[in-house]
Amino acid sequence: MENVEKEPLFSAKYKKLITNPLGLDNPITVQVLGICSALAVTVKMKPAIVMAISVTVVVALSNMIIAFMRKAIPGRIRIIVQLVVIAALVIIVDQFLKAFAFDVSKQLSVFVGLIITNCIIMGRLEAFAMSNDPWPSFLDGIGNGAGYGLILIIVSFFREFLGSGSIMGYPVMEKLGLYNFGYEDNGFMILPPMALITVGLIIWVQRSRNKSLQETK
Amino acid sequence: MENLINIFVKSIFIDNMIFAYFLGMCSYLAVSKTVKTSVGLGIAVTFVLIITVPVNFLLEEYLLKKGALSWLNESFVTLDLSFLSFIMFIAVIASITQLVEMVIEKFSPSLYNSLGIFLPLIAVNCAILGASLFMQEREYETIAEATVFGLGSGIGWLMAIVALAAIREKMRYSNVPAPLRGLGITFILTGLMGIAFMSFLGIKL
Amino acid sequence: MKDFSNKYIMTFSVVMVVSVAILLSLTALLLQPRQAKNVEVEKKMNILSSINVISTKTDAVEMYDKYIRESYVINTDGKHVEGVDPFTVSLRAEQKKPLEEQYLPVFIAVPDSGDTLHIFPLEGKGLWGPIWGYVSLKSDMSTIAGVTFDHKGETPGLGAEINTTEFESQFVDKALFRNGSFVSVMVVKGGSQPGSMSEVDGISGGTITSKGLEAMVYDGIIKYEKYLSQNRK
Repeated sequence: MENVEKEPLFSAKYKKLITNPLGLDNPITVQVLGICSALAVTVKMKPAIVMAISVTVVVALSNMIIAFMRKAIPGRIRIIVQLVVIAALVIIVDQFLKAFAFDVSKQLSVFVGLIITNCIIMGRLEAFAMSNDPWPSFLDGIGNGAGYGLILIIVSFFREFLGSGSIMGYPVMEKLGLYNFGYEDNGFMILPPMALITVGLIIWVQRSRNKSLQETK
Repeated sequence: MENLINIFVKSIFIDNMIFAYFLGMCSYLAVSKTVKTSVGLGIAVTFVLIITVPVNFLLEEYLLKKGALSWLNESFVTLDLSFLSFIMFIAVIASITQLVEMVIEKFSPSLYNSLGIFLPLIAVNCAILGASLFMQEREYETIAEATVFGLGSGIGWLMAIVALAAIREKMRYSNVPAPLRGLGITFILTGLMGIAFMSFLGIKL
Repeated sequence: MKDFSNKYIMTFSVVMVVSVAILLSLTALLLQPRQAKNVEVEKKMNILSSINVISTKTDAVEMYDKYIRESYVINTDGKHVEGVDPFTVSLRAEQKKPLEEQYLPVFIAVPDSGDTLHIFPLEGKGLWGPIWGYVSLKSDMSTIAGVTFDHKGETPGLGAEINTTEFESQFVDKALFRNGSFVSVMVVKGGSQPGSMSEVDGISGGTITSKGLEAMVYDGIIKYEKYLSQNRK
């Protein structure tokens, strides 16, 4: 496919497809998509990263496949076709996780399956892949998956660091010897509601720095 | 019977779809601006849940689970189709939502109008698929348990979305810092409500 | 968007469904052995850790063959049941059967210390979902040599603490029998009596999980009561 494209593979326009979702057009904090399935997996960084990669793979591939088939898909059964493509990809990802990353797949449990209903994927298929070529759709998928993963990783970093005193399972707080001074892990950060509050704070930071994103009411 | 009540209460308060698992957050955040529409959406979700969870339970029990096909032929005992469960569940959900949409359109056009684009979105509402996946994961044993679980999850979701919509209606009169307005404060609010719901963990069941 | 004929839509759907089905079945078939292996290795690691042997994913199978000398299935009367593989018995399925028909797996291990240890699997309910584990007993069939517990989704930092070494090591050297009668091990909230032979500290904030675990040990071991008294040395 590479040389068929008229534009260079990573032209400025295409680069934007990847970089925009990381900040100004972030799927979670700006487009409000795909919060559903994933926040419950942000207690530790490792499952969060695996989740981020899985979602990115599924968005990018489903975007590409749908963009490839978009002229052949009958409009009336469009949604079902999209769901079948997504579900099939998610099943493949799930099978691979079970075979090659068994521990993480156990931690993710039902949330791998919930990637299917992650609104980012459906949202991107409808908004982008149905009207673009496969290659930009693929990049758009990578960008959105990464933007989503970025939030996931930031949230899980704070939750694991403050809640369990470790980063990627490495006991930072213990190595620093902070427990000797009476420091204790904040058990609160492990509880599910703190994921929401952390995202709320991320939005606050992002929108204070970028006034154009603020909502009037 | 005790077991059913147990599942019912647990799925409403303790395992609340929104506050404990954040499922169905997309439509929850988008619709929870007024109480009226959120009640409508909540009822639609509950309705779809009561149908899809038992249907998927039957699918799981007689088609997908390891050895589930043995009612067809003894030689199928070792057959395990559970890798197909995601795709089967989502297909059931998509078709039932379509049905519910048609029914609501016929009998309550006003509700249909106010729910607008969110009805088709129920198909991709994580709470619906989530409930079916939890049903599979927790291995509920009878169809009664599965139905009660679906009902409880739906009511829990309805309650959460209505409560949040009510707070958001009132919040229009509060002076929220500009960067937090809208989405930000809603996240924090949901978080705080979730913390309040954590106290239900103390219920002894 | 163009309009398509019904015939086209039908053909499209059929082609799509068939190709997706083939793709998925292929993936499932290809990855099945690896997945089964993962489950097997995990179970072997669990069994080994109940006799205090730490194994890794790579050497679990080898260590299992080295230390586990024998395994069989018995019934509640303590009699051997032939023709059932103890390793693949699903306790959750067994618990649904009437008590007399249940298959009870036993694993016999001889670790480096030279003792003969009997390992019994357990399965119960925590707060959120299933909890399970293995208990190994010394040849007096009462003193615990080691335990291992695990859970599906207990609250991190609270109920999930049951699979930590701090919690599990409390069980070592506790006695399940006192003066010949079965007392199991109590998981006591707020701290056990010092020096008690049948109490361990519960997990603060994890009361329901602790109680579930206590019930799991009691219900799991009492089924082996006849077997234990027949084999006591």
